[in-house]
Amino acid sequence: MHKFANPARFLKLARPLTAWLGWVGCGLILLALGAGLFVVPADYLQGDSVRIMYVHVPAAWLGMGGWTGIAIASLMQIVWRHPLATVAARAIAVPGALFTAICLVTGSLWGRPTWGTYWEWDGRMTSMLVLLFLYVAYIALDDADRERGGEGRISAIFGLLGAINIPIIHYSVLWWNTLHQGQSISFVRGTSTIDVSMLWPVLVAAIGFSCLFGAIVLMRMRTILARQKIEARLRRMAA
Amino acid sequence: MNHWPFIIGSYALTILGTLGVTAWSYAAMKRAERDAEALRRDK
Repeated sequence: MHKFANPARFLKLARPLTAWLGWVGCGLILLALGAGLFVVPADYLQGDSVRIMYVHVPAAWLGMGGWTGIAIASLMQIVWRHPLATVAARAIAVPGALFTAICLVTGSLWGRPTWGTYWEWDGRMTSMLVLLFLYVAYIALDDADRERGGEGRISAIFGLLGAINIPIIHYSVLWWNTLHQGQSISFVRGTSTIDVSMLWPVLVAAIGFSCLFGAIVLMRMRTILARQKIEARLRRMAA
Repeated sequence: MNHWPFIIGSYALTILGTLGVTAWSYAAMKRAERDAEALRRDK
């Protein structure tokens, strides 16, 4: 990991990887969403509204995965002072917040025809809303810290503390009797309660959105590194 | 209840949001890298 502490070495890898992840992600998303809309059968209980699963589940995974990424990058920054860790955490925050918001809205739109309500203050929905607030607070804190010339240590501590919410979201459907359905897919046990005919587009969509999320993060990291280069050069020219 | 308005709304929001953040990130990256390169040449 320390091999990529050198931004020049990181950029050499990031440039081809950005395009590769972006195009593969777009292809897989098109395939999964096309299947979700036109190929997959309607659910015997939920009817056609089950098709919302193909955008809602990947968005939920990316919202939670994004904060997990911020927590790992924050730990790397605090423990090893990895120079790219701060850049990575900053780059993840905005797309992570966006996918968390998409998860909340699509979940709400799925809830209306399924549960008869757009919103319920149950464990899963409330903890996911808390995650969105954490993202917004992280972005604001990081912006303020950067304006004051900070090294991002305050936002790194916040990123680590906020990770407490991730297991709360994950286990909320087990800990509390919620309106939200229980866990349908377990990667640990390798089991799923969803039929294969409806499951494969979820997995393809999750991989596709993850690839595109990776490309977006790399683009944002490249932007931050280029801006840092400009600022450093302007400071040298002014001196 | 007709489910399709909810489905179309969910897909439209996801696609527009994803395309929006991708386009914004791409444009910002290109602009920043172009400015950095121009500054390096002016040196």
